[in-house]
This record gives sequence, C-alpha cells and structure tokens, in this order.
Amino acid sequence: MEENGKEFKPFNIDLWTFDGHKGALIPLLQSAQNTYGYVSEKAIDYISHITGIPPADIYGVVTFYAQFRTKPLGKNIIKVCNGTACHVNGAKEVYNTIQDELNINYDETTDDGNFSLLSVACLGCCSLAPVMTINGETFGRLNSQKLRKILREYKKLARETAREGNQ
Amino acid sequence: MKTVLVGLGTCGISAGGEKVFQAFYDELKEHPGTFILKETGCIGMCYREVLVEVINGGPPGHLYGDVTPDKVGRIVDEDVINGKTIDEWLVRGEDREKGFFENQIRIVLRNCGIIDPGSIEEYIERGGYEAVEKAIRNMSQEQVIDEVITSGLRGRGGGGFPTGTKWKFTRNAPGTKKYIICNADEGDPGAFMDRSVLESDPHSVLEGMMIAGYAIGSDEGVIYVRAEYPKAVARLRQAISQARKKGYLGQPLFGSNFSFDIKIKEGAGAFVCGEETALIASVEGRRGMPRFRPPFPAISGLWGKPTNINNVETFANIPWIIKNGGAAFAKYGTSDSKGTKVFAMAGKVKRTGLVEVPMGITINSIIFDVCGGIVGDKKFKAVQMGGPSGGCIPASMCDIPIDYQQINKTGAIMGSGGLIVMDETTCMVDVAKFFLTFTQAESCGKCTFCRIGTKRMLEILDRITIGKGTIDDLKNLEELSEQIKSASLCGLGQTAPNPVITTLKYFRDEYVAHIEEKKCPAHVCSSLLTYTINENCTGCTVCAKSCPTEAITGERKQLHVIDQGKCIKCGKCYTVCRFDAVLKI
Repeated sequence: MEENGKEFKPFNIDLWTFDGHKGALIPLLQSAQNTYGYVSEKAIDYISHITGIPPADIYGVVTFYAQFRTKPLGKNIIKVCNGTACHVNGAKEVYNTIQDELNINYDETTDDGNFSLLSVACLGCCSLAPVMTINGETFGRLNSQKLRKILREYKKLARETAREGNQ
Repeated sequence: MKTVLVGLGTCGISAGGEKVFQAFYDELKEHPGTFILKETGCIGMCYREVLVEVINGGPPGHLYGDVTPDKVGRIVDEDVINGKTIDEWLVRGEDREKGFFENQIRIVLRNCGIIDPGSIEEYIERGGYEAVEKAIRNMSQEQVIDEVITSGLRGRGGGGFPTGTKWKFTRNAPGTKKYIICNADEGDPGAFMDRSVLESDPHSVLEGMMIAGYAIGSDEGVIYVRAEYPKAVARLRQAISQARKKGYLGQPLFGSNFSFDIKIKEGAGAFVCGEETALIASVEGRRGMPRFRPPFPAISGLWGKPTNINNVETFANIPWIIKNGGAAFAKYGTSDSKGTKVFAMAGKVKRTGLVEVPMGITINSIIFDVCGGIVGDKKFKAVQMGGPSGGCIPASMCDIPIDYQQINKTGAIMGSGGLIVMDETTCMVDVAKFFLTFTQAESCGKCTFCRIGTKRMLEILDRITIGKGTIDDLKNLEELSEQIKSASLCGLGQTAPNPVITTLKYFRDEYVAHIEEKKCPAHVCSSLLTYTINENCTGCTVCAKSCPTEAITGERKQLHVIDQGKCIKCGKCYTVCRFDAVLKI
C-alpha cells in the first residue's frame, strides 16, 4: 500500500487492548493521524481489516470527533482560539485579519498548501487573549497590525523555503 | 542553597517561560553551584506570567512577575547571589496584588506552583500518598465513604452530585469488577482548572482515584483526558510511571491485598463526552453519544460493569479530606455547599487566572477583593458562570454567595467554575450567540430538539445581531428554549438554552435595542455600527490606505470622511487609527 508517495506503514496496534475489549479504535485512529497528519481512506480500510469493525462505522467515529481530519493539512498550521475570553477580547478580528491576509476560512488550506486555518475551543492562556498558535508557538495579545506582521514573516519564510526546494 | 522555580504550566509557556528557564540555565552555567533550578506548575496568577520564585530555605520565597529573559541576569546577580530583593518586580505582598493570595483557601491547588510536578519525591515530601496509606491501614471502606459524605463534597465537574453518595451507589452495586473513571475532558471554553491541576500536581489526582478505588472496591482506573492538553497528558504519563516504580500503582498496597492501576485514554475532542454515558461510549471506542438512564453508570457503566466517574477537581480534594477529616472540609462553605471551589477567572477582570475560594464568598468579593476589579475600571456589567451550560448573572445580583442553590436560582449554574467577567463593552446578545454557536456545533445530534432547535435559535440570534430581528423572535426564542430543555436526553441539550434564557431575562432591553432601534448598545455587533471620523483626525491617511472598499477620502493633513454608502463596517479604520479619531456609534 502507498500513502502520499510513502509506503503505507502499519502503525502500532498494541496500544489499547483493554482486556481483550474492542476499545482500541480511537487510539488507533490517533496513531494513524499522528503518522500521516490525517486519517485517510486507506488508514480506515487498514484499521477495519485489523479490528473487524466495518469501515462505515469507523468513518462515523472519525467524523464525530473534532480531532480527526480526513484531508491533509498545510505546512503551517494556524490555530485561532475561540474560547470565551478570546471571544470577548476580539477573536473575530483575528479571524478577519487572517482571512484577509491568506484568503482562507476555518478548516481550509491555502491553494499553495502553505497554511491551514483551524478554530480551537480554548488554548488555555486566557490571560493573553486573543491568542493563536502557529505550529504550536503561541502568539498572544494580538491586534490586526501585530498579526499581519507575523503572517507576512511566515509567508516570506514559506516562499524562501519553496525557492530553495526548486533550486 | 537557594532554589529558583520557574512557572512552566501552559500559561507560563505561552508567555515565554521556556526562554526564561533557558536564561536561568545559562546563568547557572556561568555561576555554577549558586542555585538549584527547577520548574513548577501554575500558581494561578496567569496575568503576571512568567512567574519566577527565589526560595531561600522554605517557601514562600520572593515571587517575581512578568519575568523576561533580559530580567534574569539581574535576578541572579542581586537576589540569588547577593540576597537583595528586587522590590519593584515582586508580586507577593506588593500593594498592587493585595488580596489575591490572602483571600484564597487552597485545598485543590495546595501544591500547584509550589512543587515540581515532575517529581514524585516532592509530592511525597508535602505529605503525598499519606492519605491513601491512612485509608488502607486505619479505615474500613465504609469509613472512607462516610468521611467523604461528612465532608459534603459535591461533584466539581458541573453536576454537583454528592460525591460520597455516588461512591456508595457504586460500592453497593452487584459485581466484582468495577471501574473508576476520572473525567479530565475539560471542554468548557473558559475553564482551565483541571488542566492546571493535572499539569501542576498530577499525583493528587492519582491518589484521589486510588482512595476511591479502595472505598468502592475497584482495581482499575481510567483517566479520560483531552488530547488538546498535551502537557497534561505528558505529566500524567510521567506521574503514573513514577507511582508504579514506587509501588503505589500496580501492586498490593501497605500490606493489604488491595491494588490499583490507572490507564490513560486520550479523548478526541467532543464536548458532549463530559456527559457520563457519552464518555463511556467514547472510552469503548464508539461515537460519544449519551444513552437513556437508568441503568446509571454506577450499576452498568464501562464494559457493562459498575463505574464511578468523578472529575479532576473532585479527585484532587479527596486526599486532603481523608487526611484532615471530612469535618475540616465542611467547616468552609454554606449549609448546602461545603469546602472550596476553584474558579478560572477570565474576561474583563484585572487578575485573570485561577483562584480557589471558600464556598459562601460573594461573586463581588471574588471579582473585586481577590481579582482586583474590572480592567480599566470600566463599569461591571455581568458574569457568565458555568460555560455554555450556564448563564449570565447581572452585576446587581452579584452580592449572592457562591452556593449551588443560590446560583441555580439566578438561572446560571456553578458548572465547572469558569467565571467570565463582562463590562459595558460586552454585548449580551453576542455572548448568548457565542455560547449557542458552541453548543450547536457540539450537539451530538441524537435528540431532535437539541440538534435542530439549537440551530433555529442560532438563526434567530444571527438575525437579531444584524438588525433583522422582530419582537416575535424573542417569544420564539423563549418557546424553543423550553422545548429543548424538556426534550433533550442529556445535560448538553437540557442546559444549552441557559445563556439565552438568562440574557433574555436580565438584559432584555439589549435585545429590544437590536430589534427596534437597530443599535447594539455595547458597540459590538458590527452590522449595527456606524463608523465616523471626528476632529481628532490628523489626516495621516493610514485609515484611507487600509480601507478595503476605498470608502475613506481626504487630503493629507486634512480631516478624513467615511462614505457610509461604501463602508462595509469591517472596523479596520478603527483598529489602525492611532489618534482615537474613528468612532463607533
């Protein structure tokens, strides 16, 4: 089997045997996503093959939980906090600015595959609201000028990486 | 030798704690042997992160706030090496932060921000694992349950069910295999106390679960923790492996034949999984949807076995209660609500972070005495308690004590303890819409009223916030609210309308202003605003350049004007103006 040009490697299935009960599905999906960045149809077929759970049931579980994605993400992942504290402190403005700068909505990826925009419930640093993270790094007390500066730096960086890749 | 503690909870890391830690590490290499460098969790003062404490001998030491890497050199030179306190950076004892620690009673947070959460030895040094030893050696299972009943502890996750009684049900349920589940799927936007406890004092939760296991007759525990809390998950894994090595988990304890082990199950992100039966479905690997009760999980829970579920904060209270006695806990609080409660303070309050206060304290006292009042000393308007299941309590009613019954009377709920403070710049219709957007997206879809009813309510609220609502809409909102509450299976649906009901009850005039005058009194709902430029304008042209529709015109150094016909009310001019010349009306 192949996945994204890479060989589709089976992932650890001994994560949650739980006394022989069939509780392993969610941890299996989590390892599939950790390995490939998303849960592909192939991964679902593979998990179905080992667990005996029908693919349709697995798909039902995948789409139920916010954590699982069925499409690959961009190179840079932007998570905008939409917790209560960020909401009252201007999370909407953060979203508007990103949308304006990158031309994507929540759960979308830019055409060049450089940025994905996600909304998260609470990043837990309410005192820095409004907050976003790019690839895990936190940026707090955002306003639209500060945000545009950050995004433009990341865009520049992405362009440079692409150029180096072409050389 | 002096010890330097750097706060590296999620809040500390977000504020740049790792860079500060690195700076201390570099200093230590330059001055070897001058101090011991350690990390700690969250002390609750998230608004002053990064926090650094210099301890000479025993705690408390000198607590410095807003530390950045460039301040580290001076702290090491003056305080650590020469013993000179840097008064202007101190946060404890300083007038500005007066009341923050003095008005708190820390039971759940007893070790948070004090011990190194990565060290089981430090937990044991502070009396850790003594409670479980006391329970097993000196108390019968009934006595443990009686002690918890005496304490009056009620479920801190939101339900508020008496913990001791819940344990008794599971203990009395027939069957030999029983499970203990710790619900660490903290999903309320605006509540972060569970994360903080897991990150800062994970062993207290493990010990609480062990005591519950002993009392109920269970040998296996599961912690269902949010995968979005990577730091908490890592801390738990580390704590479990340390406890196994020390012999607290996985083998018979203190000469008895009782043994207990704990597994971690990472949740995959679904708010409804806070509901017990949905949580169990999720642990079993299915879609996390609730089911009819009875049978209650105490009779038939995980894999059909009797199961006791409590939340993180509840478990963290248990070791303290067993060690000090239920009566010592019950000394705090009111007749209906005993002990202390942790609140996550956020929104327009000066001191955001975690506070633990005795039940019975008034809401006003938390906001003004403990947390220093409203940012910018603006007018205090309301608090939102209980997250998406809770409601808004107006400022005029905030002299009520923190007590399950009293808060329920207002239409809000105690919930897990998120307390969002709102001032005159918060629009209550917008707040109601925010929470409903959340519950609508998180509804699992099983019950029609919750699935479709919340959607219809959200559409109505959307309409109102863009000035297209009618007065009949308010009646429809109230009707739908009642229907959703009575026709939903689980807590999510039964409480989803609460934010709308309470704002309609206490802030109806704001809804009416949106509908009849097409105005948002708090200037939040963008469709109902008009942007204008006043004489403060210096003609710097920044707004005109940033306007996406070229609605702003004017010569350089001349007053600019907004063409209302072209304006799309995006607010960009308002955010870029440095002269307060753009007005929202």
